[in-house]
Amino acid sequence: MAELKKDPVVVAATQVLAHVPGMARHGSKPSRELPRDPAVEAEFLGSLRSFDEAVAYPPHQAFVGAIHPRALPARPWTDTPPGQASRWAPGGEVMPEEEFLGLLASVDTAGLLTLGADLAERALGALGDHPLAKHFALGQLERATGDVEAAADGVAACPIHVGAGPMEASLRAGDDVDQSLTGAVLLENLAAKATATLALLHLLDKEQIDPASVDYVIGCGEEAVGDRYQRGGGNLAKAVAEAAGLSEASGMDVKDFCAAPIPALVVAASLVKAGVFRRVAVVAGGSLAKLGMKFQGHLRNRLPVLEDVLGGAAALVEGDDGASPTLRLDAVGRHRVAAGGSAPQIMESLAMEPLVRLGLTTTDIDDFATELHNPEITEPQGSGNVPERNYKTLAALAARRGDISRDEIASFVESRGMPGFAPTQGHLASGLCYLPHALDRLKSGDATRSMIIAKGSLFLGRMSQLSDGMSVVLERNRQ
Amino acid sequence: MLENRYVIALGERDGISGPAIAACAEAAGAKVVFVSTECFV
Repeated sequence: MAELKKDPVVVAATQVLAHVPGMARHGSKPSRELPRDPAVEAEFLGSLRSFDEAVAYPPHQAFVGAIHPRALPARPWTDTPPGQASRWAPGGEVMPEEEFLGLLASVDTAGLLTLGADLAERALGALGDHPLAKHFALGQLERATGDVEAAADGVAACPIHVGAGPMEASLRAGDDVDQSLTGAVLLENLAAKATATLALLHLLDKEQIDPASVDYVIGCGEEAVGDRYQRGGGNLAKAVAEAAGLSEASGMDVKDFCAAPIPALVVAASLVKAGVFRRVAVVAGGSLAKLGMKFQGHLRNRLPVLEDVLGGAAALVEGDDGASPTLRLDAVGRHRVAAGGSAPQIMESLAMEPLVRLGLTTTDIDDFATELHNPEITEPQGSGNVPERNYKTLAALAARRGDISRDEIASFVESRGMPGFAPTQGHLASGLCYLPHALDRLKSGDATRSMIIAKGSLFLGRMSQLSDGMSVVLERNRQ
Repeated sequence: MLENRYVIALGERDGISGPAIAACAEAAGAKVVFVSTECFV
């Protein structure tokens, strides 16, 4: 059991996007605003991006791992012409909506999704050619094919469109009266399951991992599944494990609003180090509720609806293999109840305290990944540049500690920070989106240490006025 | 400064939290009738 003395490693991480412009109308904000004004609805539907535009969008290329975020071109990114970028990246992809609807059918174990015959045929053809086709339950698409109009007439059913086109699918409610199982709620849950499954399948394929070798799966997406007696009771992780063919795994969900991925990684690493499990996957699906969340600002600024993608992420944690980056369990930062709630206090708690514990300075960290929300999405709606605010706070604290001079604040932000590139699905933006890039740089030797910092807005649930957060340090393997 | 004033304290996740605004307002003599912190990202 000598290996238990060493901290576990993160072997691999993958990320995917599903471009779902037709589903964007079911985001929380559009679902409230569009029915109130047909003119707004028409403008919204007229401002949806094509698949090629979504693929070419540079932040999406950074999210799926094709380019490092520091290699992003100058803004505006929306001006990038389509046609130059590929939907495929090492270990990731951007999946078009038709295929994704087929994937939804493939993971719909309750049989609630109905696909129109034409859509089912198109989706089946596309998914049949997908590199991961053998892992999809393509037979489910045929079983899902049926009368979409009749299905959509059911109680609390949710109509589904491809882009701005006509209805081509529908998701029935799981129960006639349960508000936790309406078609709209289940579409959110199913979309989260499908994106997380897709990311996990890519990871297993890329690393040639035997699915039966994974002992446990921890879900950390923002979505919560449950029924009226236990809203958010879970467990999406085991559903993802089942869908990805992880026959020997069980799983659970970790909830912490947007911060959840880092506690999930820490729990995964702790389980491995304690010898409870040998190989643990951490997965997160996309948040459909956040699609189109800031569409009003986008339309006001003559931008397309930029929140039209669902993200999926997967990472694999296991015992030290002598090569993969180490997750330092002795350097976990947590936002204590007594730490205070101002931005500097939170950053002090999450970023500085772990470094002090290790006897390191901020300049010993090559890359800081904070809340990497894409500013091109947040700024038009008045939410500002979230990562920039975080990096300025971080640099100011570094200067106060004497790690850098005041003159070096700008270069600190530029060289150790990065532009935001994640969709506004907080758990993805809150550091998790940088994990594939961090692993690449730590494996290649371009970086020695990365710190990933996550924050979550607990106060939104009205059970506390506090926020929360957690940070981890990943380090180049010393062997 | 805020005696005999009612205050609604709306905080922002990345800025000043609702309870911090409320504490300042109460210290200045206000009666805080509602406190909330919101997330705008």
